[in-house]
Amino acid sequence: MAALALRVVAECGQSRARACELRLPHGRVECPVFMPVGTQGALKGLTAAQLDALGCRLCLGNTYHLGMRPGPELVRAAGGLHGFMRWPRNLLTDSGGFQMVSLVELSEVREEGVLFRSPYDGKEILLTPEKSIEIQNALGSDIMMQLDDVVSSTVSGPRVEDAMFRSIRWLDRCIAAHSTPGQQNLFAIIQGGLDPALRTKCLEEMTKREVPGFAIGGLSGGEAKDHFWRMVALSTSRLPKDKPRYLMGVGYATDLVVCVALGCDMFDCVFPTRTARFGSALVSSGSLQLKHKKYAKDFKPIDETCGCPTCRRYSRAFLHALFHNDTAAMHHVTVHNIAYQLNLMRLMRESIMEQRFPEFVQDFMKTMYGNKGSYPLWAKEALASVGITLE
Amino acid sequence: MKMKLSLSKVVGSCRLGTLTNLGKKGIQCMDIPGCLLYTKMGSAPHLTHDTLKTVKDVPVVAQLPLPALVELQEVMEEYKEGIGKFVGMPDSVVYCSLHDPAIFSPPGYNNKKAVSIWGSGGRMEMTPSKFMTIQQALQPDWFQCLADGDTIAGEVSKKRAKKSVDRSLSFLDECLQLQEQFPELQESVMIGVIEGGNVLEERLRSAKETAKRPVGGFLLDGFQGTAMAKDTKLELLSSVVAELPEDKPRLIHGIGRPDEVLELIERGVDVFESCFPYQVTERGCALSFSYSYHPDPDRDVLQENGKPTMEESKDEKTKTETLSGVQEMTAFEICLKEKRYQDDFGPLVSGGCSCYCCQNHSRAYVHHLLMTNELLAGVLLMMHNFQHYFAFFCSVRDALKEDSLDKLKAIIFRQTD
Repeated sequence: MAALALRVVAECGQSRARACELRLPHGRVECPVFMPVGTQGALKGLTAAQLDALGCRLCLGNTYHLGMRPGPELVRAAGGLHGFMRWPRNLLTDSGGFQMVSLVELSEVREEGVLFRSPYDGKEILLTPEKSIEIQNALGSDIMMQLDDVVSSTVSGPRVEDAMFRSIRWLDRCIAAHSTPGQQNLFAIIQGGLDPALRTKCLEEMTKREVPGFAIGGLSGGEAKDHFWRMVALSTSRLPKDKPRYLMGVGYATDLVVCVALGCDMFDCVFPTRTARFGSALVSSGSLQLKHKKYAKDFKPIDETCGCPTCRRYSRAFLHALFHNDTAAMHHVTVHNIAYQLNLMRLMRESIMEQRFPEFVQDFMKTMYGNKGSYPLWAKEALASVGITLE
Repeated sequence: MKMKLSLSKVVGSCRLGTLTNLGKKGIQCMDIPGCLLYTKMGSAPHLTHDTLKTVKDVPVVAQLPLPALVELQEVMEEYKEGIGKFVGMPDSVVYCSLHDPAIFSPPGYNNKKAVSIWGSGGRMEMTPSKFMTIQQALQPDWFQCLADGDTIAGEVSKKRAKKSVDRSLSFLDECLQLQEQFPELQESVMIGVIEGGNVLEERLRSAKETAKRPVGGFLLDGFQGTAMAKDTKLELLSSVVAELPEDKPRLIHGIGRPDEVLELIERGVDVFESCFPYQVTERGCALSFSYSYHPDPDRDVLQENGKPTMEESKDEKTKTETLSGVQEMTAFEICLKEKRYQDDFGPLVSGGCSCYCCQNHSRAYVHHLLMTNELLAGVLLMMHNFQHYFAFFCSVRDALKEDSLDKLKAIIFRQTD
């Protein structure tokens, strides 16, 4: 029994894009969905009430960070991560493996798990699939991720194959260790690097398992975009239609639009919130670097068509000046960027439901890049592969 | 329509009343004794409009320190609609103070032609004409006149004290003259500044001379810092206030501890800053003092359960003998960085604080946010500390209304032990 139900509400007549309704323990989520990242149990200066008001229904927490501080026992005692951060909607937690590989210098992958040294007290810790699930069970997230063996997407050779097979073995151990399948959903993560044969093998094996959803992992790590989209397209072509597909670490607007066309339902990325803190505001034609002096006397809002609390009240000139004076400037732009991401997803969903997604994609690309000559080749090819030819 | 002060009650030197006809439309009012909303460039620290909105009893008058606004001069000249609208607070009454109370102003940089002000980018020199040109661009509802308040750093000679008064009066006259020439500033209220260091005769001269000029209110300046003994401060303040007309508000900067606020209210001060709760926030602390003077046994029990015991709190706090710009933790707050709050799932303040943070979050959560340097820590603490501080001022006014200020004072002073 899974704590999840997916209903496909509408499908694009041309591409693989689909609008779904995902039912999770803490309410309904409309897909395609972008999930903001609240790494340490807080969304970068936004209150839970603000995030809720923006329409967010599913956000992320990081198992590695929360497992270190404040630790799973404390979060469990606080009523899980929902209680600890007072977030009444859904949460997804990662396995902790990715941070271990990307953040911690001393890490070694063994068959039992990932061995690393705590950056806080220097102790050696072994993160096993069982341990990852135990922590995620304590955090109480609605969606948990299996521990996978993460290899940089720029690495090739036998290490990629090893990692793929190890990820399958670890999935089985995660499934066995999962103590609350009725309340929490465990997602598998498709690995296999940039090798179509390995991806195919991983898909074949993992789709045999009874898991409520699948993630496409090991991408968005600096590989060529041409490889990236082909791996995404291969994965969605072989994933079951009745389960959600989560493309990990993707959050640039163009990538979102293309990968929705390729049939992905869920996305997460730190980019929109991180870039906000550096003064970069997302708009349909790209981004505005609000710290640049050209905005000092620009009295327009970030985006005149945006209805977010920041655009309703503040000008670019004010935000430009506030960046020198108070952290609230970051919060204003974070609010806007989350609103931008959620709005982009909502517009895609509406266009899918109204059978005009291909037109949406045309308009999106035109607004983002101006003329056809500037369209990225990979995006054109990816979209063409699912029947959307950019004019 | 000019600002009007109506006093509903005067007990000794304490004044209870309302400032009316405030703001561009002349429809805002502010109860005194009260405080200003401390801001950074018109933005309540850490807060967005939405998070500030959840704070109860937010002061109508926002304080915008000048140093952060200087760089906006050209922008505001082009914008033309005034700083209040620019910062997204079209409904607030905007008061521009000369200094930022949270930024230290080093001594020794003023002369008879200019006053130095200090912002995040360092020192800026303000002559009366430069100062007034900036005010013209900002169009504040109130503004503190240019003044030489450089008498707080330590021993001040009579000569230096006299100079501070002479210069400030000369700045005032020049600024008043310039104000007449600027149509944009016809509706703005200038706050005259009383100087004179710790020299009584200079203080009195400053008060008398400033009161002769057409200012809308008075700022009792030069009482910040710890160099002047507390008794001297209080005596000087009493003498100065006695020279001021009844019908105009008296402001003070740099003093915000609840016990000190009460002592100053008793000496006739009406308007304070709210930089104190900001400073409490910046050190990772939450205001936790009780300001309820109603005998309520249930509430008292809750308070005692929730707070550290007297023994514990004694160890933490730093005794301050002088009225001061508070830098160190006071007895009115708890430090959420302390390890003992790590697994404390109670609200910041027990006994029913209605702020967003106490209603939703635990001490353990705020502790975690502080330990992990999450920006939300400042947001949540600022929401709580502002609301707690503003509620304290509500309680002061209620106590005055009900002739219970002594009771409130006793409760506040009991907590300083």
